[in-house]
Amino acid sequence: MKAGSNLEKMLSAGHFAVTGELGPPQGNNVEEVRHKAGFLKGIVESVNITDNQTAVVRMASWAACKILIDEGLEPNYQMVCRDRNRLALMADILGATALGIKNVLCLSGDHQRFGSHPESKNVYDLDSVQLLAAFKKMRDEKKFLNDKDLDGAPELFLGAASNPFADPFEFRVTRLAKKIAAGADFVQTQCIYNMDKFREFMKQTVDRGLHEKCYILAGVTPMKSVGMAKYMAKFVPGMDVPESVVKRLQGVDKKQQAAEGIKMAIEQIEEFKEMEGVAGVHVMAIEWEHRAKEIIEGAGLLPRPVVD
Amino acid sequence: MRLQYPTNVRVIQLPCSGRVDILHLLRSFEDGVDGVYVAGCMEGDCHFLTGNLKARRKVEYVQKVLESLGIEPERIAMYNMSSAEGPRFAEVAREFTERIKELGPSPIATAQAA
Amino acid sequence: MIVGDSKPLEEILSMIEGRDKVLVLGCRGCVTVCNVGGEKEVGILASALRIARKKAGLPPTVEEMTLERQCDPEYVEELADVAENYDAIVSIACGVGPQFVSERFRDVAVFPGINTTFIGGALEHGVWAERCQSCGNCLVHNFGGLCPIARCSKSLMNGPCGGSASGNCEISPEVPCVWDQIVQKMSAMGRLEELEQVWPNKNWLTARDGGPRKRVREDLKQ
Repeated sequence: MKAGSNLEKMLSAGHFAVTGELGPPQGNNVEEVRHKAGFLKGIVESVNITDNQTAVVRMASWAACKILIDEGLEPNYQMVCRDRNRLALMADILGATALGIKNVLCLSGDHQRFGSHPESKNVYDLDSVQLLAAFKKMRDEKKFLNDKDLDGAPELFLGAASNPFADPFEFRVTRLAKKIAAGADFVQTQCIYNMDKFREFMKQTVDRGLHEKCYILAGVTPMKSVGMAKYMAKFVPGMDVPESVVKRLQGVDKKQQAAEGIKMAIEQIEEFKEMEGVAGVHVMAIEWEHRAKEIIEGAGLLPRPVVD
Repeated sequence: MRLQYPTNVRVIQLPCSGRVDILHLLRSFEDGVDGVYVAGCMEGDCHFLTGNLKARRKVEYVQKVLESLGIEPERIAMYNMSSAEGPRFAEVAREFTERIKELGPSPIATAQAA
Repeated sequence: MIVGDSKPLEEILSMIEGRDKVLVLGCRGCVTVCNVGGEKEVGILASALRIARKKAGLPPTVEEMTLERQCDPEYVEELADVAENYDAIVSIACGVGPQFVSERFRDVAVFPGINTTFIGGALEHGVWAERCQSCGNCLVHNFGGLCPIARCSKSLMNGPCGGSASGNCEISPEVPCVWDQIVQKMSAMGRLEELEQVWPNKNWLTARDGGPRKRVREDLKQ
């Protein structure tokens, strides 16, 4: 065991794992965090807490993670390289692990030009691959990046993200391999809609044996409406929403679109359960935390197994 | 063709409208002229291919400068006409003179006189 | 070369407001090549400033001068006899120019007439793009000769990130994804596997992060 987190235990026991996601509020509204966490309690192994997602300022991820721990949930602390240099990243992971955080997801982060403060200076002292390497070093060698000893080393289950749908496609599995080489213990993918492309991605991943070195969780985000599908297809860079997804949603009554979106997510999860190399699913029900249970339950994944 | 055009128009001949320089245009205003226009060949008919298109862009540049300085950008214009169109030349001269008369004297000349 | 952009006339006018004698000072270096601060542009800016002054009924004293370079003391020295005649010197060299002139002439007020934008080159006449961030430790040969530090919006050394789409960066479809280009170029050279290497964290000491930089060449120093 690297960190002994619930997520790590579940995956190493060979169970098909389920993670959720929670975006902290744009303020210090603790109740909001507790409220959203309530929907996810008991239905997922751990919950990703986003870090200034889409470069919009929100309650610090580590703080929201601590609130989840106090509520009896396990967080995955997301960390982006956009807002902090290596000093702050290392300091924050020491602080986070001191508070009981065990899972971390290392990300580059969306560029701030999209976000709430586009005029800000960005950092990118490290990139996501280097961040993984830094945390692996802190955990395994008990040293800072400068090779000086730590007074207390973090125990971490290291996560990375992978977007099978970004370009150039032929390099995507290589980049995943780099993240694994740098230290990723688990990987969560971008939301998947193009199943054909994902199958191809997983085939290449399995061919390289990467699924044996790292747990891969397939990303699922239910479509709430045709509007959301069209928006994601058009405006979210690196998102691949095939026309067939939009058409299927268009094929049902407007009031039924959300239910159809959930049905589609469930069908996807059923396929992931059988897909070689896929160790679990990451259910990102964005601002829809209260519907996550329907999806997970619908996919026959409740109750969650208990591991020790 | 003994065509009449306003006597206040002073013609400066150039081998091609592309030879017009931003500085020629600005210096005219500096010296107090009320308006300037560049008469180039029809677009697509430039003997040097793009001289008249370049002239238009220079005119547009000077329009922006004038605007920044609080001077009516209409005081400078680009016209395209063929060298075989004498009547058109006279017509443009009258048309532009009318436009400038409506705008009144250049604010530079006015300020200098005061 | 160093590429710049003219400041808006309105901004320059407000900077020099109330200053009677003005010198517009150009540079025959990079800013001449990128058509923003050479003799030609000195003439245009000076003329525009004179028009503004005449219009306002002010003395139109705006004179013109262009130095071989504003980043070398020997050329800045050419101003020695005249600098103090002016109430304002508007330098349209890169950011180095106004500082060299300011440092040399204590009592003279110097104003920047251009914004220095980046180190880059001309893609075509009238179009320039950034190529270098002067990080002080060039690594481009490892990335197909293309710089991920200057040209990736996130300076990723292990890109491309998940926002790369159809060859473009996530920040704008107008911005090419340099990591897409790096992958294509390395593929074309049959060296794609070199990109499998995990690049360790970069030492930024040689970049601006290590403090203002200075270089001494003992073999040249007198």
